[in-house]
Amino acid sequence: MTDTLRAIYIIWYRDILRFRRDRARLVASLAQPLLYLVIFGTGLSSALRGASAGIGGAQAAGAPGGLTYTQFIFPGIIGMSVLFSAIFGAMSIVWDREFGFLKEVLVAPIDRSAVAIGKALGGATQAMIQGLVLLILAPLIGIDLSIGMILTLIPLTFVLAFALSSLGVAIASRMKSMQGFQMVMTFLMMPMFFLSGALFPLQGLPAWMDVLTRLDPAAYGMDPLRRVVLSTSLPTEIVDRMGIQLFGSVLPVPAEAAILLGFGALMLMVAIRNFRVVA
Amino acid sequence: MSEPIVIGARQLEKRFGTIEAVRGIDLEVRRGEIFGFLGPNGAGKSTTINILCTLLQPTAGTASVAGFDVARQPNEVRRRLGLVFQDPSLDIQLTARENLEFHAFLYRVPKAERAKRIADVLEMVQLTDRAESMVMTYSGGMKRRLEIARGMLHTPEVLFLDEPTIGLDTQTRRHIWGYLNELPKRGVTIFMTTHYMEEAEFCDRIAVIDHGKIQAIGTPEELKGMVGGDVVTITTANDQAAAPLIGAIAGSQPKTDDGMLRVEVADGAAFVPKLVRELPVEVTSIAFRRPSLDDVFLKLTGRAIRAEEGSEKDLTRMMGRAWGRR
Repeated sequence: MTDTLRAIYIIWYRDILRFRRDRARLVASLAQPLLYLVIFGTGLSSALRGASAGIGGAQAAGAPGGLTYTQFIFPGIIGMSVLFSAIFGAMSIVWDREFGFLKEVLVAPIDRSAVAIGKALGGATQAMIQGLVLLILAPLIGIDLSIGMILTLIPLTFVLAFALSSLGVAIASRMKSMQGFQMVMTFLMMPMFFLSGALFPLQGLPAWMDVLTRLDPAAYGMDPLRRVVLSTSLPTEIVDRMGIQLFGSVLPVPAEAAILLGFGALMLMVAIRNFRVVA
Repeated sequence: MSEPIVIGARQLEKRFGTIEAVRGIDLEVRRGEIFGFLGPNGAGKSTTINILCTLLQPTAGTASVAGFDVARQPNEVRRRLGLVFQDPSLDIQLTARENLEFHAFLYRVPKAERAKRIADVLEMVQLTDRAESMVMTYSGGMKRRLEIARGMLHTPEVLFLDEPTIGLDTQTRRHIWGYLNELPKRGVTIFMTTHYMEEAEFCDRIAVIDHGKIQAIGTPEELKGMVGGDVVTITTANDQAAAPLIGAIAGSQPKTDDGMLRVEVADGAAFVPKLVRELPVEVTSIAFRRPSLDDVFLKLTGRAIRAEEGSEKDLTRMMGRAWGRR
């Protein structure tokens, strides 16, 4: 057991070491959220303000006046940053496989579960940091954050990062080359992002889409982030109704976190099983 | 030799679906030996080495390394073996020292010994002054040296090397053999695959493997003795007409190899003048030499290792590298 813990630690540590060194990646990962906030957010805010029907529509959808669209998507963009960097970080396993390093780990006298868990935690840690870093933009966007809110956001971000990073490890455990990455990006990451409620509230959607949003694990992580980040900007009842509802009622945050943890654990089990059978 | 047996395989078999990659291999390697596995692509070399390294489960038969069964006690085996793969398995975004520290931690090298052992193995492969450089700045030869150092870091009893000098220039190859030759003195057993004949010459014993079976096993000298006498290669104005005539003079039929006629005779020095005198077909070139491992290989498998091997494989590897770097 302690052997496995040691192995998990060193595999996690290697990822963190590389992450700390890779300044270019950190800069690039900040750029994409900024583009969304500055250009997409500003553009859509203006469009909604310009067309009166747009404002009405937006209000009916739950984004009321007093809150700009940029402010509304801010927690969603944090979630997006977590989503992309968690899955991408975990999928670095595929790079390790292509560059041969994975073999060094797979022949070591350790339990293969350590490979999956170490990588999932490594990816989750990086994603959590990349998500939380965006909080420094809050004052510029006009969102008040208290220390208490930030402290609440840390575990919530980590839970989302862990679930998605485990998903990434599970996918990577079966992927032989980086060629499949484009597919994962198009058919998994983008839909997960769009259906998560990051860009629009999950209210009044057509039934088919409603079902899909409930199947999207990212949605269970975006919602708690929004509830915390917008808690000083909007009344609680309004924020609560923007996220996922199961059986006609709003899910409490701990339930959403539990769903994410359960999903993450399930994905890890899949990954461990896959790593145990590969040569 | 009275050294204990470190690697043993009995009736080892491995099937992938309907393909029989390994078909009943028996071998014993004693401590301190340098044991070479010689064979063409697809002969079963890598499959055998992967079974011995616990990366593959045998379909039938048993194998043990350092006293532990490879199928039932893989972690005990892994702890006692070092591996140098054909393709690099280093993290190029870490320094040499960091790669070694990672390995030491995974293999439970005690903390108190870690720094000293790392210094030792770096010294052994003469990379001490480059220890803090990122591995991506290393040349191919340096990477291979670092991998050998890493393979030795946890003081394994057996070091497995899969084509340890493939793709390296002659000088680097000689360098690496300098290190490897030192290891048996430390009680380390070396098990390696190769298709370089010069490299096979360094081995204490060689097993020639083809079609999943060991065709012959012995010291390089013993194997060369199997060819018997000298190898004479002849080109003539008309090889087709000359072949049966040469056969009559030599007492054994020549074979065509690489556009030349090739025949084995007991005494090359006496045979050459006799042939030139008696052969009615014009001889354009003639040479004789002591048998090499190439000849052994040709005799055992019916084909030359040098021509078919290497080229295609090296090419794919080069392409793989070019792609990987982009």
